[in-house]
Amino acid sequence: MKFETFEHEADIGIRGFGNSLQEAFENAAIALYSVMVKIDAVKPNEKRTLTVTASDNELLLIEWLNALLAISDIERMVFSKFEVKITVTSLTGAAWGEKLDHIRHEPHVEVKGATYHMLKVARHNTGYIAQCVVDV
Amino acid sequence: MDPKSFHKLNDYLWEIPQQGEMRVPGRIFASEKLIQEMDEKVREQVTNVAMLPGIQIASLAMPDAHWGYGFPIGGVAAFDPDEGGIISMGGVGFDISCGVRTMKTGMTREEVMPKLKMLVDQLFSRVPAGVGSEGLIKLSLAQIDEMLLGGAVWAIKKGYGVKDDLEYIEEHGRVEGADPDKVSDTAKKRQYREMGTLGSGNHYLEVQVVDDIYDEQAAQAMGLRKDDVVISVHCGSRGLGHQIGTDSLKSLAYTLQKYRITIKDRELACAPINSLEGRNYFGAMSAGINCALANRQIITHLVREVFTEVYPEARIKMLYDISHNTCKVETHTINGKKKRLYVHRKGATRAFGPGEIDLPLEYQHIGQPVLIGGTMGTSSYILVGTEKGMQVAFGSACHGAGRAMSRTQAKKRWHGREVVQSLEAQGIIVRGHSYSGIAEEAPESYKDVTEVVDAAHHASLARKVARVKPIACVKG
Repeated sequence: MKFETFEHEADIGIRGFGNSLQEAFENAAIALYSVMVKIDAVKPNEKRTLTVTASDNELLLIEWLNALLAISDIERMVFSKFEVKITVTSLTGAAWGEKLDHIRHEPHVEVKGATYHMLKVARHNTGYIAQCVVDV
Repeated sequence: MDPKSFHKLNDYLWEIPQQGEMRVPGRIFASEKLIQEMDEKVREQVTNVAMLPGIQIASLAMPDAHWGYGFPIGGVAAFDPDEGGIISMGGVGFDISCGVRTMKTGMTREEVMPKLKMLVDQLFSRVPAGVGSEGLIKLSLAQIDEMLLGGAVWAIKKGYGVKDDLEYIEEHGRVEGADPDKVSDTAKKRQYREMGTLGSGNHYLEVQVVDDIYDEQAAQAMGLRKDDVVISVHCGSRGLGHQIGTDSLKSLAYTLQKYRITIKDRELACAPINSLEGRNYFGAMSAGINCALANRQIITHLVREVFTEVYPEARIKMLYDISHNTCKVETHTINGKKKRLYVHRKGATRAFGPGEIDLPLEYQHIGQPVLIGGTMGTSSYILVGTEKGMQVAFGSACHGAGRAMSRTQAKKRWHGREVVQSLEAQGIIVRGHSYSGIAEEAPESYKDVTEVVDAAHHASLARKVARVKPIACVKG
């Protein structure tokens, strides 16, 4: 299993798994968009790139997710495919997707932001896990 | 939580005694039943807030309190800048100044029913809502700065509403201290197409009928009678507010070491009010408040237009506009001394008592209207603030019911279509932009707002005036 969402009272938790830290971050982004739209219907047609910095991996996850949300809001786009490169304190990422289509993508809730709640980026079994709760 | 684990001050007030690192006690306003149903995190978070520098009197929680980010939702805390008081992003939240505006229509239920479906269809198609919706007004970066400074005053100057509306909004539609320069370009870019949009999730537009009056005198002062039709809008500061929340969580996280503030929870991210970072956040947050007020003002204009097109005889007048999720500068009396305090209300509503300067003339003797929304398909309530509430809770009350189950659970239990049909069987028309969004908002997935409102009433935080029931609902 690459990604999942989990229950959290009024809001929703998102979780990405991966063999590498990068993969976990990519899958966490998929989890994020699965909360907002029907992710299988999102075609990875257009690419957007971004760079964020933070003092540790957990804060980097928050920066990554929030930067994606800002692009989505500003450009009215949703994404389904992601690729990241992570150094000690920075992340360069790419996201592929398309303009939001209300019929095909079946959007149902907006994510306001990624929060520090249940924030975890750590080794998990033989790979990594990246998770947090998002405010909807 | 176990009621016996608190120090019971009275049937509706439960105290966590000051101990350890707490600077003040914690106080929760609730019935015994509500305390029992509250999650344990509420105690933890109320206690954490009580440890913050400059906090006055007590760390408070309202009857609808539940866990939140840093502060509990339903958390209220006031800080004195002269005592090293802090300002915290956790005490405001992501949806800055999310709130409720209620308008009178001058019509009765009987008069509205014949064309209600047409009204709802028109509202659904003309008021932008739902994920990724676009407003009818596009603003340039310069115009956004004007909007952030001017709030509802700006909106009215642009032609969205009438000057009389302003009297019925907290602080007359525009807060002082907004600093557009402290709002990031990303936040502004997120907003330029979102002015006048409802949003999604628990945001809504409801057509309601007054179905019970508890206080005749206050109802009369508000111009409310049984069977009157009112319209309520629940929404906030949209993408701009969310981005300010995100930006400040990041910028305030680094100040803790700088000012040697110890907090138990990263989400309490704060800085001294009298610091560069504190002033920056206050400036940005105040801009966020003005954005929400402008947004609700524009939506009011759209609603007025649509309503009077369908019912030419209607006269849409403001009842009041309240906000949750704010930090406001207010004067309160502490131990006989007047102090200028920074009052955080996270998922809590300002509830000023009679005689407060900010109130419109006709509400001076009754107190500020407090609009407490139920959820889609359930009753909402109109209350007024009290003098006692000013003394014990900095003039604050609860904001709504809070969820009883997670969104995931709600979606598993119900299908949006079922929920719509069930509400229609009760005579409530529902239009929404997403069926699964509707399932998550099913009435049974929320706690009972009546219990919460009754507790606020018995705790003297606010006094019940009227109950309204929905007859139509447009959900984002």
